[in-house]
Amino acid sequence: MLGLNNKDLMLFAIVIAITLLAPVILNPFPVESDLAQFNAGYPDLMQRFVIFGIFAIGFNILFGLTGYLSFGHAAFLGVGSYAGVWMMKLLTMNVVPAIIVSVIFAGLFSLLVGFISLRRSGIYFSILTLAFAQMSFSLAYSVLTPITNGETGLQLSLNDPRILGVSQTADGSIPMTNFFGIAMRDGFELSMGGWLFTFNAGYYLCAAVMLIAFYVSIRIFRSPFGVMLKAVKSNQQRMLYTGLNSRPYTLAAFVISGMYAGLAGGLMVAMDPLAGAERMQWTASGEVVLMTILGGTGTLIGPVLGSGLIKYLENIFSKINDNILHQWFSFLPDGLEDFVVAIVYPFIGKGWHLTLGIVFMLVVIFLPGGIVEGGQRIGRLFRRKPPEDRNNTTTAAAPSAAE
Amino acid sequence: MGILEVKGVNKRFGGLKALNDVNLDIQEGSVHAIIGPNGAGKSTLLNCFVGRLEPDTGSVMFDGQSLLGIQPYRINQIGVSRVFQTPEIFADLKLLENVMIPAFARRDGSFKVNGWKSVGEEREIRDEAMTMLAELGMEAKADHVAGQLSRGDKRRLELAMCLVQKPKLLLLDEPTAGMARADTNNTIDLLKQIAKRGITMVVIEHDMHVVFSLADRISVLAQGTVIVEDVPGNIKGNPKVQEAYLGGAHL
Ligand SMILES: Nc1ncnc2c1ncn2[C@@H]1O[C@H](COP(=O)(O)OP(=O)(O)OP(=O)(O)O)[C@@H](O)[C@H]1O
Ligand SMILES: [Mg+2]
Repeated sequence: MLGLNNKDLMLFAIVIAITLLAPVILNPFPVESDLAQFNAGYPDLMQRFVIFGIFAIGFNILFGLTGYLSFGHAAFLGVGSYAGVWMMKLLTMNVVPAIIVSVIFAGLFSLLVGFISLRRSGIYFSILTLAFAQMSFSLAYSVLTPITNGETGLQLSLNDPRILGVSQTADGSIPMTNFFGIAMRDGFELSMGGWLFTFNAGYYLCAAVMLIAFYVSIRIFRSPFGVMLKAVKSNQQRMLYTGLNSRPYTLAAFVISGMYAGLAGGLMVAMDPLAGAERMQWTASGEVVLMTILGGTGTLIGPVLGSGLIKYLENIFSKINDNILHQWFSFLPDGLEDFVVAIVYPFIGKGWHLTLGIVFMLVVIFLPGGIVEGGQRIGRLFRRKPPEDRNNTTTAAAPSAAE
Repeated sequence: MGILEVKGVNKRFGGLKALNDVNLDIQEGSVHAIIGPNGAGKSTLLNCFVGRLEPDTGSVMFDGQSLLGIQPYRINQIGVSRVFQTPEIFADLKLLENVMIPAFARRDGSFKVNGWKSVGEEREIRDEAMTMLAELGMEAKADHVAGQLSRGDKRRLELAMCLVQKPKLLLLDEPTAGMARADTNNTIDLLKQIAKRGITMVVIEHDMHVVFSLADRISVLAQGTVIVEDVPGNIKGNPKVQEAYLGGAHL
């Protein structure tokens, strides 16, 4: 079905189910409970989960398959964001044209950057992409201010021309982003017992786009084109003497991943029509690298898991402050309580980066295949099949989702 | 006129004259062996045929077309495949994928975004690759990762990767090095069959059993110079050859 083999179909079905039920799954704790602060099922964060999921899925097509490590992919996300906001300023508040134009502009820009950067490989390629991204970042702050609105960031105003729409609504405010009339912030809340679930239109739009993006990535992974990209990573010499020109293959992968980044950028401004240059900074480029490696480079689902984990840590861990810690450890004698809080404190709140750093190091050292490899190891423990048996199953079915 | 014509090829590496006025005329459908002591320049000569190296002077013509100054992938696309002295395979990929890739390269050319059909649905290419693996006795390992193979098996895999392309000219740099005796004999039989199909072969080989089982003509290279070129029968007794091999052990 859908041109997928059984294993991939199963994976896709699970991802669809989780994505659609995310507002429920991510809110496991009743609103009044102490643990409610660990709930992640609010629209803003869920949107970020899937948007960064898209970014990482695309990045993985380049890095996971060809092995070319770009340190500049945030630039494409940024370009997509600016293009999207401009579409809303000039054309319509419907997000569809904005998203399409984001993808196109990011694609064109990545064609240029890729064409030049792919003249080198390895660390030189990485440095070239980094240089391009930092260049874009500083240009956005300086020379390109008329387009990017510099430090303030590009945003909608009350006198945007907007050809297919109004500059301001009847009550004098900026119109809202919408999908053919459905406002992105529309939605409904469902209260069940002590639980509260929020179903948001914007999230479901992003989720649908993410599912399409994920599906396309599965098809690419399983196609002859995907095999060629893996060949690039494996042995470019052999490719060359096998009649294959690796350059256009890597360029195609680069542009595809750039378009995914643009798509993510377009969705960001569709949810919140504001684009700032910091979105293109090297830290943002580095983040997608972390997400991909953390989840499992070259695996289908890894990048999505990695981006989910990082965004969760960033948004939930960072909210925990010392007051909350004191509450948690209040059962301890006073002196000990202060001591424990003092030890834990650096790892939470603003210190979440430290936690992320440690998690990242542990994963790279003990689980080079990322979260996916961790999952596989656990799965293997439970399945308790003799090793030969496992070989046979992989022989019978097509490549496993992990590859 | 031969299918591969090499005229006056010279190649220097700094002060070392690796190839010295090499001339070869290889007939279509023949098996031509190049032998010679270590460092004689045999691999360097093959490098000049596939675009890895550019000779300082001289010409290399294949099928009436110069092979100099064109990209290696184009040389392959016009029908020249090569097995390297140290196996060049896709070590992270499965054997089946290793053999399917060159089959795709032959069907789709040097670049094609062949992105919608899955590899599993490419029945023809898959069958072709499986048949090729079977011919080399490796079909049972089709789903193994190529990097785990023994050195001899890697070489046979590389041979399968070249053969699946149905090249006009097959260049083999020590195709049996690192193989057990039985595998060597199988490879000889296989190469004989391939020769019968009319594929021209240039074989570099140290194993004289292989050379004399296969070759129609033999060129002896020593210090970059072709010292003798003749039919196998005349090579064994040739004093120049004996000398090149320093005492000429078991020729
Ligand atoms: N790229 C290179 N740069 C410098 N010197 C080289 C290069 N390639 C080969 N040589 C030198 O040229 C000479 C011929 O090398 P070549 O590899 O062609 O020998 P060969 O006949 O294939 O030997 P063997 O039987 O050991 O494979 C050697 O002295 C080698 O060190
Ligand atoms: Mg050699």
